[in-house]
Amino acid sequence: MPDSMNDEPIISSSVPAAPPDTESMSLAQPQPPAVRWIYRHAVPVRLAHWINVLCLPILIMSGLQIFNAHPALYLGERSDRDRPILLLDTVYSESGGIRGITTVFGYSFDTTGWLGASRDSTGQIHRRGFPAWATIPSYQWLAMGRRWHFFFAWLFVINGLLFGLYSFLSRHFDRDLVPLPKDLRGIGRAVRDHFLFRHPKGDEAARYNVLQKIAYTGVVFVLGPLIILTGMTMSPSLDAGFPDLLTLFGGRQSARTIHFIVCFSFVGFIGIHLFMVAVSGLWNNLRSMLVGRYRIAEVGVEPHDQETN
Amino acid sequence: MIKKRIDRRRFMIRAAQAAGLIFLAGCDKLSQSEWFPRLLGSAEGLTQRVQRMVTPRKAMAREYNEADRSVVFPTNGNVDPANPDYQALARNDFADWKLTVSGLVERPAEFSLSDLRHLPFRTQITRHDCVEGWSAIAKWKGVPLKELLDRVRPLPSARYVVFYCADPDETGQTYYESIDFEDANHPQTILAYEINGQVLPIAHGAPIRLRLERQLGYKMAKYVMRIELVESFKTIGGGNGGYWEDQGYEWYAGI
Repeated sequence: MPDSMNDEPIISSSVPAAPPDTESMSLAQPQPPAVRWIYRHAVPVRLAHWINVLCLPILIMSGLQIFNAHPALYLGERSDRDRPILLLDTVYSESGGIRGITTVFGYSFDTTGWLGASRDSTGQIHRRGFPAWATIPSYQWLAMGRRWHFFFAWLFVINGLLFGLYSFLSRHFDRDLVPLPKDLRGIGRAVRDHFLFRHPKGDEAARYNVLQKIAYTGVVFVLGPLIILTGMTMSPSLDAGFPDLLTLFGGRQSARTIHFIVCFSFVGFIGIHLFMVAVSGLWNNLRSMLVGRYRIAEVGVEPHDQETN
Repeated sequence: MIKKRIDRRRFMIRAAQAAGLIFLAGCDKLSQSEWFPRLLGSAEGLTQRVQRMVTPRKAMAREYNEADRSVVFPTNGNVDPANPDYQALARNDFADWKLTVSGLVERPAEFSLSDLRHLPFRTQITRHDCVEGWSAIAKWKGVPLKELLDRVRPLPSARYVVFYCADPDETGQTYYESIDFEDANHPQTILAYEINGQVLPIAHGAPIRLRLERQLGYKMAKYVMRIELVESFKTIGGGNGGYWEDQGYEWYAGI
């Protein structure tokens, strides 16, 4: 099985080196190829990635449907209605108006149209935690939201376990994902490069940079296990079998709150990930995750991606 | 050049919005289909098998201290059954109420509230988890269901214990629930007649409600009038084993 990203990138033999462009011809000097192709993502990684692409939006949106059945969060074992840390409330005025009021740690905000009260697809305003466009199904239907959630939760868990097994055995984890001390020493430069939209070239582009490594290991080793374990802690059946889960997360309602926070950490990750994918060579990134081939611009050469981007 | 870039950005945002709308509409369409919810529902069997496999048969739900109890234990569903027969029983403090246990048993029996109070009892401070997401803790006292089952002697063909309740919904359909013997014989599965040291009030399911501590609240039938042991619940109600199950909720409510 091919490794997804070797220390020495494989130069694909099936793809000819890019033809010398007219400029270099006019200089009449032999130039090294401006780009080369590597095989970036192995089949199991690509498959696991796209299964996650399917699962995560469905899990997040069906999760918000389930959350809407009781749109409040608490700490501890119990949900004392007078002590929520987050509440998406709906207030009806005497004139028949309806407002969404979000309260976080005792601070209230008017969030009409977004949280607490929002419009459905016909434009009617309703009492609703998260709005229709953020939930599956779009209208209030807890039983159906649960069906979506638990089906795709199983797919997500099985996919995650297989990905973990593959990545451990193929050494994808330690070769490509886990940041090394030398990576971490370069973190300052990496942050600066990201803010300046300076993307690595040459051998540097053939592997993940330190911020990518931190993001991906964070998702694989922190967010993934946390979302599953906090989900399991909400199960009264599993709580009986594994009471340590309750102790670990500080009670069922705390586990529910952590589940919610981790969910939005996934949302944040997905947002940043999509942004970075788009700005660092959208089609190149997409191609590498679809068929594996990734184009690398050599150091000192302007990437030709701009046209195809 | 800059204009081109902005056009492209706007195009990408529009495309993403359009894709989102199509995705949402598709999910709604699938939710209303016949086959897709059934496919999604296949996960329930897997959940049940795996949860039962990893949770020992006799594993106990966590029991809490007096101080952990909720000050207010919310009521849900029906809080005052609109049923004249039930109302008549309630007026008399359920002195005329009798719990019939019948079906696939050797010796069908009837128990008055006083009979139940004279049987061995169990007291437990447990957490109630609603399918909506909230949790509340209370102290429950009641007779273990196993005590009743031992007295009526289930036949080998009996697979489920069905609870018929007094509370009807707006359409007249009365509440019912069913559990299997693995849960029915669990020590924490009790027919509770007290909450927090008080006689069970009507809002909480007087005269008795089922406590099934390892599943969600909707399994814990209130206002239980009759218990029947059956081989299959396919011919009862909508055929899914319970009132909420007939509305699409899982029969196995372990999560």
